[in-house]
Amino acid sequence: MNVHLILFLAFGAVALAGAINLLAQTHPINSALSLIAVMAALAGEYLLLGAEFVAAVQVIVYAGAIMVLFVFTIMLLNAGVEERTKGSRVAVLFGIPGILLGSILVAWVVLRHSGTEAVAAGALPGSPQTIGPLLFHEFLLPFEITSILILIAIMGAVVLASKPPSAPRKVS
Amino acid sequence: MVPLSYYLLLSGILFACGVTGFLIKRNIITIFMSIELMLNGVNLSFVAFAAHWHSLAGQVFVFFVMVVAAAEAAVGLAIIIAVYRTRETLNVDQVNLLKL
Repeated sequence: MNVHLILFLAFGAVALAGAINLLAQTHPINSALSLIAVMAALAGEYLLLGAEFVAAVQVIVYAGAIMVLFVFTIMLLNAGVEERTKGSRVAVLFGIPGILLGSILVAWVVLRHSGTEAVAAGALPGSPQTIGPLLFHEFLLPFEITSILILIAIMGAVVLASKPPSAPRKVS
Repeated sequence: MVPLSYYLLLSGILFACGVTGFLIKRNIITIFMSIELMLNGVNLSFVAFAAHWHSLAGQVFVFFVMVVAAAEAAVGLAIIIAVYRTRETLNVDQVNLLKL
């Protein structure tokens, strides 16, 4: 057992516990907090893989901005404890075989790569210095397209969340 | 040295947890958070494969996934607010006007 493996297992255990807690909790705010724990643990995993810039962005954008949006919405709508209704039959019919199939697939992948190829700690240093040129030269077109996507998303969010006019406007 | 398969296993389990939450949860906000969990699981395998194949393109793709997740969260939460305004509920079982 080296340090790298121990750290991987520790962060992985935190991420797994958070994911299972997200499923077990009934109040949305508890689920949101456990999702933040999952994201922070995943940032640790990215650091282990050498992707330091991705780890920083994960904490700032995912665990920061996106989750603040979620928590803000939960507070705004005053979301209470989830009402448990009878589970839909479709979920039982397709969910359980789907999960079984997925686990079998994952187990097959694990058995196939039975620990011979290892990923060294910090094998690929993903500092901003190395990612920047790639992002602004090779992936320039996708990068610009995502800016259009963000613009459309902002406008859509403003239009959808704005209050509908209570009274029909007077025609002048 | 951690085998690549361990990272893929963790990523797959996180994705499966997201799918399970999507199917069993009744609160529309929690369902939305399950989708974020799935995206995170995929991101982990992107970074693991980037380190395995010594190609930084995988890490760049994580940024694109994050941008799409941010746009999706903004629009989705706006839709949730609009649904709550008209239906006064967050339970997906009670949002069934489209059902026959």
